[in-house]
Amino acid sequence: MENRLISDIGGLPGGPINREEHEPTMTERRIDAMMILLRAKPRSFWASDENRRTIESLEPTTYAESAYYEKWVLAMKSLLLEKGILTETELNTKLSEVRSRESVVER
Amino acid sequence: MSTHDTGHGHDHTVFQDDIKEPQENWEFLEIAIRELLIEKNVLSAREIQDEIEAWEKKNPEKGAEIIAKAWIDNQFKQRLLADGNKAVSELGFTVETLKLVALENTDQLHHMVVCTLCSCYPRMLLGVPPLWYKSREYRSRTVKEPRAVLREFGTFIPESTEIRVVDSTADCRYLVIPKRPLNTEEMSEPELVKLITRDSMIGTAEALNQHGERPK
Amino acid sequence: MTTLFNIGDVVTVGRGLPPGHVRTPMFLRGRKGKIIKYFGSFPNPERLAYGLSGLPKLNLYQVLFTMGDTWDEGGDYASKDTVTADIYETWLEKT
Repeated sequence: MENRLISDIGGLPGGPINREEHEPTMTERRIDAMMILLRAKPRSFWASDENRRTIESLEPTTYAESAYYEKWVLAMKSLLLEKGILTETELNTKLSEVRSRESVVER
Repeated sequence: MSTHDTGHGHDHTVFQDDIKEPQENWEFLEIAIRELLIEKNVLSAREIQDEIEAWEKKNPEKGAEIIAKAWIDNQFKQRLLADGNKAVSELGFTVETLKLVALENTDQLHHMVVCTLCSCYPRMLLGVPPLWYKSREYRSRTVKEPRAVLREFGTFIPESTEIRVVDSTADCRYLVIPKRPLNTEEMSEPELVKLITRDSMIGTAEALNQHGERPK
Repeated sequence: MTTLFNIGDVVTVGRGLPPGHVRTPMFLRGRKGKIIKYFGSFPNPERLAYGLSGLPKLNLYQVLFTMGDTWDEGGDYASKDTVTADIYETWLEKT
């Protein structure tokens, strides 16, 4: 029965559910807000199902190890590139600029 | 359940981060995407902030107002069960594109909602879903071992009650109408709202009892 | 829109394993259930996922499965317990 999407997990075994409450961080709130704005009218850059398809297409290890909003921002990146709203070059340039500006400590 | 503080009293400023500096690759990525979208006039900082604030106003208390109304007004409950979108619009809630479906819990039937494929949730009425709802464990186990999952939530449903796990696989968003607790006939609508927890509208818990405690 | 199925019809979920974005969960493929609700017609998510219009729309039903018909082994449920999913008409066959 393989061909199973990485997100299609109903009935698979799993451990205890972590029920700790979590107040979304500002980064998470912004990702959520941007995703909705990009998807909603009047922009309608993509449908929810495109978003889902993109998340399902992540590398299985990335899917398994990434935080929820990490998957969202990775999907947002892919879709922005796919739709030509951003280019790979401008994103890479901006990313290194942000990194050199924001990382005080080398990790 | 510790009724979730619905998130007031924190800073609303969009650019003030609650982490000192970004740590993870994806946090840098968020900054880069946001700055580019703003520079290119795809989105504005104002809009992002407004959207965040709009979402903070959507929280489980909104859903609870709908349920309390359904408990008090049987005709409203019937309308809610017949056409969720139309019934909630009477109370000023708009649910677009998606179909809002209310599920009534009774002594015979206990609904609980899950999304095994992603994390579909009636966000417009309950706000952003809790982390556990989006977790791999809840999403995978609920359709096969609902009773074990309910026990983990401290919820005990008798064997004589059918548990119906509702997998939101498509365009419907489900809102559970928990059973109205006994001895609440004298309570006002705002008092009832306090008994209706987020989890009781997902179906992983029952409503609180007349004293505001979890039923045993 | 004309519907192929009526409330109460017993149906089997398709066993297909198409590639791409699909909204019919794997655990229900090939399982027997009963139509309990018709929701109307909605754009096809398998097409929406690739930037297409999603037209023609598809009929969408809520299908009820007993836990016993769904799981061959394991699980933690009582004999009455059930699970439902919302399934597009193209995935259902009359039993």
